[in-house]
Amino acid sequence: MSATVPFASERPASPVGAVARVAAALPGLALAVDGVDLRFGGIHALRGVSFEAAPAQVTAVIGPNGAGKTSVFNTISGFYRPASGRIRLGDEDITRVPVHARAARGLARTFQNIALFRGLTVLENIKLGGHHTMSAGVLSALVYGAKARTEENALRAEIERRVIEFLQIDHIRHRPVDALPYGLQKRVELARALAMRPRVLLLDEPVAGMNREETEDMARFILDVQEEWGATVLLVEHDMGMVMDISSHVVVLNFGQVIAAGTPAEVRRHPQVIEAYLGAESAGEFE
Amino acid sequence: MSEFLEYSLLGILSGGVTALVALSFVLIYKGTGVVNFAVGEVMMLGAYLYYAGAVTFELAPWLAFVIALAALAALAVVVERLVLRPLSGQAAVAVLMATIGMASIIHGVVEAKWGGDTYSPPTLLPRTPVNLGEILIPGTVLGNFAVAAVLIGAFLAFFRWSPTGIALRATASDPVTAATLGINVNAAQRLTWILSSLVGTVAGVLIASSAGLSPLLASAALSVFAAIILGGLDSVLGAIVASLIVGWVEAVAAGYLGGKTRDVVPYVVVLAILVVRPHGMFGTRTIERL
Amino acid sequence: MRTGIFHETFASEERLWPSPTARTWMFAFLAVLFTMPAWGSDYMLAIACIVGIHVIATIGLNLTTGNAGLISLAHGAFLGVGCYSVAWLGKHSVPFYVALPAAGLLTAALGVIVGLPSLRVKGIYLAIATIAAHFILTFIFREWESVTGGVPGTSIPRASLFGFEFRGDRRNFYLIYGCAFFLALGARNLARTHIGRAFVAVRDRDFSAEILGVNLVRTKLLAFALGAFYAGIAGGLLGYFYGDITPDYFLLTLSVFYLAAIIVGGLGTVLGSILGALFMTFVPEVLRLVAQASSNVFPGVASLLLPMQQVVFGILIIGFLVFEPHGLAAVWGRIRRTFHLWPFRT
Repeated sequence: MSATVPFASERPASPVGAVARVAAALPGLALAVDGVDLRFGGIHALRGVSFEAAPAQVTAVIGPNGAGKTSVFNTISGFYRPASGRIRLGDEDITRVPVHARAARGLARTFQNIALFRGLTVLENIKLGGHHTMSAGVLSALVYGAKARTEENALRAEIERRVIEFLQIDHIRHRPVDALPYGLQKRVELARALAMRPRVLLLDEPVAGMNREETEDMARFILDVQEEWGATVLLVEHDMGMVMDISSHVVVLNFGQVIAAGTPAEVRRHPQVIEAYLGAESAGEFE
Repeated sequence: MSEFLEYSLLGILSGGVTALVALSFVLIYKGTGVVNFAVGEVMMLGAYLYYAGAVTFELAPWLAFVIALAALAALAVVVERLVLRPLSGQAAVAVLMATIGMASIIHGVVEAKWGGDTYSPPTLLPRTPVNLGEILIPGTVLGNFAVAAVLIGAFLAFFRWSPTGIALRATASDPVTAATLGINVNAAQRLTWILSSLVGTVAGVLIASSAGLSPLLASAALSVFAAIILGGLDSVLGAIVASLIVGWVEAVAAGYLGGKTRDVVPYVVVLAILVVRPHGMFGTRTIERL
Repeated sequence: MRTGIFHETFASEERLWPSPTARTWMFAFLAVLFTMPAWGSDYMLAIACIVGIHVIATIGLNLTTGNAGLISLAHGAFLGVGCYSVAWLGKHSVPFYVALPAAGLLTAALGVIVGLPSLRVKGIYLAIATIAAHFILTFIFREWESVTGGVPGTSIPRASLFGFEFRGDRRNFYLIYGCAFFLALGARNLARTHIGRAFVAVRDRDFSAEILGVNLVRTKLLAFALGAFYAGIAGGLLGYFYGDITPDYFLLTLSVFYLAAIIVGGLGTVLGSILGALFMTFVPEVLRLVAQASSNVFPGVASLLLPMQQVVFGILIIGFLVFEPHGLAAVWGRIRRTFHLWPFRT
């Protein structure tokens, strides 16, 4: 295995690199879900769901299993077309924008059951995060001409500096992803989302199946993303401790409807929320 | 007009045997999720074994037929054990290519043993033509259709009412739950393969007896894919209805556009269907879980 | 796994042959290859030409099916399109350096059309669609007599460069391997750009790729177009090499042949394509030699040749799928690792 020493002189001098540096610093946008109604045949998955994720803040969506949290995410991503309602990214209504065009607008996402590309290494997976920024054509790619080469090198430099160092995964960058342990795979998935230069980052159960340490590490990374990068983070999670610790706004779903929204403290005491989770009269605050 | 009627009728009737071949395919797909590209070759092998028994060994046709059935059933068991079981973990693409490999092997063996000539195995059905008004229907066409109809009817009844049939449907729908309910999934899948090869053999023998036996028999199955796609890969009813429709389209096209178009019409139909309605008329539209 | 190589820039890590050793070996290999007309026998040269053609076609199919995961059984027909295009253009006095790329582009355009079903369906449905396309194309080969010469076939004027005619194996060898070298390089380059990565992403998890901004329509159609382009070039070179062709060459078995080549060689890598093509070319040859050698003992065995090929193809496909799913490329990798690590074992 060859050793790669990240060189300070690796800063690209070309205009592409300059744009890359500036673009990566774009601030987070607000994400608004407005009256979204979603049906699958006979199933009414989401009813009039409305909430907003404030720019550069961490918002969490919680709720019992089957409440519709992943459906909300899939609608925001564009896989599901809502029967009514709109999705707004900043000032733009993106409800009709095709899935693959949302990346360029700054929308990034991770998946509940890891959706990494098993045929590729960690580095290649992360580079795919930068796909929407690449514009070299087929001809340039086939001959690995100037445009393709410059783009690729700039992408690599940016990923190494901003993502791989940030998430401390430099030691596994050339490993095939399917050989990695679960916790690292989740981290690579986050890395890939970060390589998209996200302005809004959707995280679908980022700490599912992790132990205490891994959860704390991931929580720290998420907070770093929000603080250093200024991205808006929208998070679906079951780990209440983590949700309460890092989010500034919490939205609670049950049976496809928003039953509560507010600060973590407010939501925690909300009677309907307690009932949804514990199914009975309030038995004190839950952890 | 009577020309159109004649083409239509002949087409629908010949679709009956296509339905049998389609049934052979759908059984496997429904039962084990495997896409069996070797459906035509199985059919062909059954027909050749029947020929070998009836002509080369001069056995009574009925006896040869039964032996062919038994041999194909045995082959199905061997294939299921040696090829499909080891590959059961791998991607669908891999299994699909394995069945392509199987088709290649069977085709090669048949051609090696019997060459490319055309043979005429004895029929098990009467050859006398039947008159329906002005239309003359060859006895074999009617006979094939009748046999196919009876067999398909028997299968539909089997799946609906017999405990084994229901067990097979359960295994097809959800092998894990079926296993927890005490159904022997391996045996069920093995049975599915056996049934499929039996049906294929019957179809092969019928076609060979009426149209002649040569390695080209296997390519008759390719037009079955048009029927399968139209009907939906996992729908028995769809396969039947679609086969009749495809048979009709083929006959009408061949009648009006010339015999050569018979070869290419099914494929144009396939492409048209895939563009317009990929899951066919009755197939289940699967929604991928994200 | 080589030790002792330290890259100082990311760019140097991305190089196709990152170490001096790799570069030396590649140079030596190319030297040996391109001087083969000088030291090789006529038989070797003829086989080498065929191998070269198969390599180009296999790399193409590996792009569509191995990398992008789109099953295509129309590849054999694509070679036919390339071949007939070159024939037709040649008869209309188009020089080969225009006709060959044109044939490639024409086939690529057809590839886009054949690839349209992949936008709606996957897996078996796509396979069947490509089979249907194959049969429609071969029907056209047989029936469009004014262009293809119909069933009896057609002749292809030899490639010529300002009067220098590519007649005979030696000259065609350079034509073929010149193209093969650049096309293989192109495929390798593609793999280290975002387009190549997008192909694999579409194969592994296309919804995830979409989220990342990969335009599925464009990527899938490009995968078909590129694969078809390579097949078209291979078909054109085939025409120049043989001088005449009939539709019988482009049967579905040819598509299965290339499918076997990518499985045997290893899905998704150029090395796999090369090894697979090499292996699959030698299978019929070895069978032929065995048949010849044993024709004293088993007379009439020659007529069994074609069927035996089919049996062996099938066994190879199944055998590799069961025992060696990553193909010869993986075996090669294992052998290399053993050599690099020797005397250590792991």
